[in-house]
Amino acid sequence: MDWHSSLRIGIDVGGTNTDAVLMQGRTVRAAYKAPTTANVSDGIINAIKTVMHEAAAQVSDIKCVMIGTTQFTNAFVERRYLQHVGVIRIALPATKGLPPMVDWPDDIKTAVGGHSVMVRGGYQYDGRLNSALDESAIAEAARSFRAGGIRSVAIASLFSPVNGDMERRAEAIVRNEIPDVAVTLSHQIGRLGLLERENAAIMNASLADLAARVVHAFRDALSQLNIKAPFFISQNDGTLMAADYVEKYPVLTFASGPTNSMRGAVYLSGIKDAIIADIGGTTTDIGVVMGGFPRESSITSDIGGVRTNFRMPDILALGLGGGSIVSTVRPLTIGPQSVGYRITEKALIFGGDTLTATDIAVAAGYADVGDRARLAGLAPQLIKDAVALIHAKIEEGIDRMKASAEPVPLVLVGGGSILVSQPLAGTSKVIVPEHAAVANAVGASIAQIGGEVEGVFSYGAIGRDAAMAQAKEQAIKAAVAAGADNRGVEITDIEEVPLAYVPGGAVRLRVKAAGALRLSEEMTGRAA
Amino acid sequence: MALNVDRDTLSDLARGAAFLGTGGGGDPYIGYLVARQAIADYGAPKLIDVEELRDDAMVMSIAGFGAPTVQLEKLVCGEEVELALTKLEQYLGIKADAIIPAEIGGSNSMIPIMLAARRGLPVVDADGMGRAFPELQMNSFSANGIRATPLAVTDEHLDFAIVEAASDKKAEDMTRALAISMGLRVFVGCFHMSGRQAKETAVRGTLTAAYNIGRAIRDGRAANNAVDSILRCLKTTSHYRNGKILFDGKIVDLVRETARGFSVGTCRLAELANPSSTCTVTFQNENLEAIVNGHTVAMVPDLICIVDRETGEPIPTQALKYGQRVKVIGMSSPDQLRTPQALALFGPQAFGIDRPFTPIEAL
Repeated sequence: MDWHSSLRIGIDVGGTNTDAVLMQGRTVRAAYKAPTTANVSDGIINAIKTVMHEAAAQVSDIKCVMIGTTQFTNAFVERRYLQHVGVIRIALPATKGLPPMVDWPDDIKTAVGGHSVMVRGGYQYDGRLNSALDESAIAEAARSFRAGGIRSVAIASLFSPVNGDMERRAEAIVRNEIPDVAVTLSHQIGRLGLLERENAAIMNASLADLAARVVHAFRDALSQLNIKAPFFISQNDGTLMAADYVEKYPVLTFASGPTNSMRGAVYLSGIKDAIIADIGGTTTDIGVVMGGFPRESSITSDIGGVRTNFRMPDILALGLGGGSIVSTVRPLTIGPQSVGYRITEKALIFGGDTLTATDIAVAAGYADVGDRARLAGLAPQLIKDAVALIHAKIEEGIDRMKASAEPVPLVLVGGGSILVSQPLAGTSKVIVPEHAAVANAVGASIAQIGGEVEGVFSYGAIGRDAAMAQAKEQAIKAAVAAGADNRGVEITDIEEVPLAYVPGGAVRLRVKAAGALRLSEEMTGRAA
Repeated sequence: MALNVDRDTLSDLARGAAFLGTGGGGDPYIGYLVARQAIADYGAPKLIDVEELRDDAMVMSIAGFGAPTVQLEKLVCGEEVELALTKLEQYLGIKADAIIPAEIGGSNSMIPIMLAARRGLPVVDADGMGRAFPELQMNSFSANGIRATPLAVTDEHLDFAIVEAASDKKAEDMTRALAISMGLRVFVGCFHMSGRQAKETAVRGTLTAAYNIGRAIRDGRAANNAVDSILRCLKTTSHYRNGKILFDGKIVDLVRETARGFSVGTCRLAELANPSSTCTVTFQNENLEAIVNGHTVAMVPDLICIVDRETGEPIPTQALKYGQRVKVIGMSSPDQLRTPQALALFGPQAFGIDRPFTPIEAL
């Protein structure tokens, strides 16, 4: 199958819209945007049918389908479709004072059942043994979970990002006691910080049944369309998961929407190091891409009231979008209130009664939508001031997200990108690529396969170069194991954090690698 | 009015403690959780004024010691904290009548509350710093001849060691070596003193002050004037009454490295409206000196705290980032920290600053 003729489909199932693109090589052959349906599968079937029809494409030419979805995030935040989880923490005697879920809101704790045990085991910060694993206690816990009808188990052990052996051994013991159990190992999804990593593992375990159902529904939708190509789900770091991996780690899809937008913007613009502003109807999401991948947030994030520390893109959300309401009372304000998706009935240009940011862009003469004649009554000074305020808000957001004072390129995507008409301070250029409105679906269609390693390395003992080489090799191996083509795997991110107070050059090192999907030849040579 | 240390006051106390940590001291989140848990299990400890101590009462101190990153994994066991006190008591052959915090800034503000709750002892509304410092001998007790040693070091396995040393600096070095071999999350029972000595040397009222600052941040945030609210609160305290905004701007540059086991660096800021007006804050775990347009405006041991300019949230040095909009707040340090003996231990020279200490109110 060669690069030019084979097709792939990218879909982004957002809270408001479902976007889809049919891609051929680097070309967007067809694009689609419609409100997300209550039954997500119907929306996906509709989206694929529409783009296929528009491009007059054959089902047999489709090589791959990539889907980004917010279903798992929403389920956790809304406490819907969650299942009871058995939690095993392997850390005693350490951590004893703070049992699992100690700081969870009651409603979510109830939703996941609140079943947990703490057993002996775990490592030291440098991988030395801290306590031997209490295997019989794990077997006993598993039996009590089974008796309680629990079918999903989360396992977290002390310093498992440094050494995951005990978590893996515990998984084997649990599987031996509970047939067909779903098991989440904390070191597969979280970083150092036991409570936050354990929380992420419990969240993930609570989504196990839903993940199986969603994957089944996607598979079903594709089979109804007679599409035999493999499908993948996008993660929040711009890489893909195979369907069976999503069933194991649904939590890794959290916040994949903004990531897909940013990755799509990189792809469409051809710029790998830039600030990306995704201007929607209500908010502007500003992020940073470095080497084509989103910069990650370094702080803990709160999801549905639960503190976690797994990787998330670093996003600044401003209350400014195409539907933002402009107050005519001085001082002039724009947003955060927005008419949202009702812009086509509320905005002045569409015959409504609300002055919005889009009306301002039309009145100022740099956007052409709706009926401009309806804006005749707006004072020229108001229009001028409002345009200045819109640009000043975006400029401030860009400056907050930049890593240094150097001017950087800005790529604008999303339906609200028409709000920007003037050069912005702090940027070297402003680019609005073609198909900017469906950048998120494009982002899903180009996601790569990644691998990651994190651990504490002693530079004093083996030297920085040897430690770095070791970590890079492990990250590349992880990417290849996940399905990347070993010919094109690149290191995408390196994070070195010296451990304060520890002499001897102990450093926490995190290395990520990503490469093209192994099965599809046409993606190997792709830029981005 | 004496503060009631309970679940409701604890989160304000933790945020105020982070503020007094002046960029360091460790994230009080874990400490907050263990103190909250201990209060739920054992009841709230009584908070007493230092004047309520009998002169011959035995007062002991407790502090966590190690690497903040390791604390995030090992959390707290509970028994090891109690054991640090018990082993010190056994070695000395005397029981503690009250617990006094060693360091109000950061996570070590919470451990004494937890220990006091578990042991049913009162906790003294005072500490040895009124802020945070990176080493054991840097506090008003050591500065006034009260020794950190003998001290008991414990870990979660309930292994322990007793340290006796000729100086508190030597004790710091020995304890750090022990901490590494014990897994970098240890607790230290130390600074035993009489009630009279506590009255003479402790920095008073600092738990209440931390609570008031935390409360001022919360109330001010609700009224959209968090930083003003902090400043108003500082003026009502005796220690920090000379408090002011040293600079208002954004972070334009950040240099950070690890040297001698500490996080050392420089943060540069520029005014939003006038970028040629700049401020430099240097730090070694905690913020050390603020220089505005070439002039020193505050220096250690006076306190320098960088907060979010809208929410007043204290920003620890490891969370500083380019582009953050911040206000730099400077405030006077407690009088006990400004004596010649105190300045010899933790004045500017102790951190490699080659200028004599000048109080913030004279700058």
